[in-house]
Amino acid sequence: MLRVFWIGWLFNLKNLTNSLFFVLISVLQPVIFASIAFFMFDRGDRGGGLLYAALGAGLMGIWSSTLFGSGGAIQWMRWQGTLEIAVAAPVRFLWILLPLTISTATIGLYSIVATLFWGRVFFGVPLSFVHPALFALALPVTVVSLGLLGLVLASTFVLYRQASAFSNLLEYPVWLATGLLVPLSLLPGWVEWLSWVLAPTWGMEAVRNAALGGEVWEGLGMCVLLGAVYLVLGSFFMHNFERRARQQATLSLT
Amino acid sequence: MSNTAPESRVPRGVRGGAGAWLRRAGGAAGQGRVGVRVFFVGGLISYRALFGWLSPWVFIPSLLVAPVFQILLFVYIGRSAALESDEFYVIGNGLQYASIPCVFAMTNIIAGERFQQTLGSILITPAPRLPLFVGRALPVVLNGFFVAAFGLVVGGLIVGIDVPASAYGPLALVTAVSALSCTGLGLLSAGLGLIVRETAVLSNVIFGILLVCTGANVPLDALPGWLSTAAQGLPFTHGIEAARLLADGAAFGEVARLVGSEGLIGIVYATAGYLLIRVLELHSRKHATLERA
Repeated sequence: MLRVFWIGWLFNLKNLTNSLFFVLISVLQPVIFASIAFFMFDRGDRGGGLLYAALGAGLMGIWSSTLFGSGGAIQWMRWQGTLEIAVAAPVRFLWILLPLTISTATIGLYSIVATLFWGRVFFGVPLSFVHPALFALALPVTVVSLGLLGLVLASTFVLYRQASAFSNLLEYPVWLATGLLVPLSLLPGWVEWLSWVLAPTWGMEAVRNAALGGEVWEGLGMCVLLGAVYLVLGSFFMHNFERRARQQATLSLT
Repeated sequence: MSNTAPESRVPRGVRGGAGAWLRRAGGAAGQGRVGVRVFFVGGLISYRALFGWLSPWVFIPSLLVAPVFQILLFVYIGRSAALESDEFYVIGNGLQYASIPCVFAMTNIIAGERFQQTLGSILITPAPRLPLFVGRALPVVLNGFFVAAFGLVVGGLIVGIDVPASAYGPLALVTAVSALSCTGLGLLSAGLGLIVRETAVLSNVIFGILLVCTGANVPLDALPGWLSTAAQGLPFTHGIEAARLLADGAAFGEVARLVGSEGLIGIVYATAGYLLIRVLELHSRKHATLERA
């Protein structure tokens, strides 16, 4: 299993890196949003911390690459004609899909690097982290938890032909509801409840507190907990999808 | 075998003088009718066939819900930064989101012909090129106007901005001119789409540039000087400024110059886009490069 996971993760990571679209989502888009945030926070009356904005924009990129990559994963397999082969393989389909969704989140690490580099070079963002070791730990934990959330997306979007439209729908709301660039305290109270079940909220908290100072372990713990819940949910949905596809011959959805 | 071409209806016995004039006039009228048909019918059919977001399952989330959330995101970032009013972000993002239907649709409609392998068939027809390509822009402008207007109205209602009723008409006009202007840029992008493989990436880059530079979210005087100067040549910059002034109670006469600039920028981009497409068409005939990119 470990070998399947490792090879699958590496293969998909290389594959996604060769996609100009994913590089754009991972690098250019976060840099654009980071620039806007830098200009706004820099000019605004309250200031707000450029490093805060750089990290937030970086995590926006991780969410986007997870959303579009994982949400469209099975649809791409359909188009490429590899879905049937993957489902029929002796390895459980879950173990083929999981490295793919984790790799879509991993490629989002380009976003963090890009926004920090961009902020440092063009906006003079100070790159001094309060807990550098915890920062180095928080990033992969956040990436894995988002990748597991991607598994839930992949296993639910699989039933819809227009998965990309659902991806478009979920990009901005999650950016907003998880407090990536806006403090949750500014949003209506019910949004905070919603944010608790979304891993980006806790990943952002862990990464931001590791960089700027504050409690890191709570965020990390919630990422691990939510990641486990997503794995169970994703596994259940995927099993259900496979069963229905075999019974009703709807694997290709045509 | 029948020939219904207009010139065939001129009596054969008539030679020179009035006859020649009649033949030329008949030919011109026929060409005109063909042009109008290519413009409206061809444009509409092409739009329906190639703009892949026309399904409600795609259109509603991507073009109606997403702009509202873009508005909300920047309204809250603006509140967090304490930079500008809610109205500033509702108008800026409401108008700017028209770039998604305008740039993406325009690029996909023409570059999409290549992907569907119908571009070669179209370019061997004798159809006049101006209505052929510009006709494809009309449904895009209308859709861009609708998307922007929807975002402005719904975003404004959710956030609760106050716009005087007297500004509704002029705001609608500014929205339409901005959609027209951005579609001009979309036509240029479509031309580039004939030589660039990743049209989705190209459209996303244009969307990002418009988001940063047009004053939709960052006041132009907060941008570096060279960027705010470059912004004067982009769609939306003048339209957004005009719309904000109108929402603050300015009369249309006070913003007419801005609206004129917005329209002129669109015409310049559309002309450049049309010329680029024509040049690439001729180039493709000489060097067989139509399907190369």
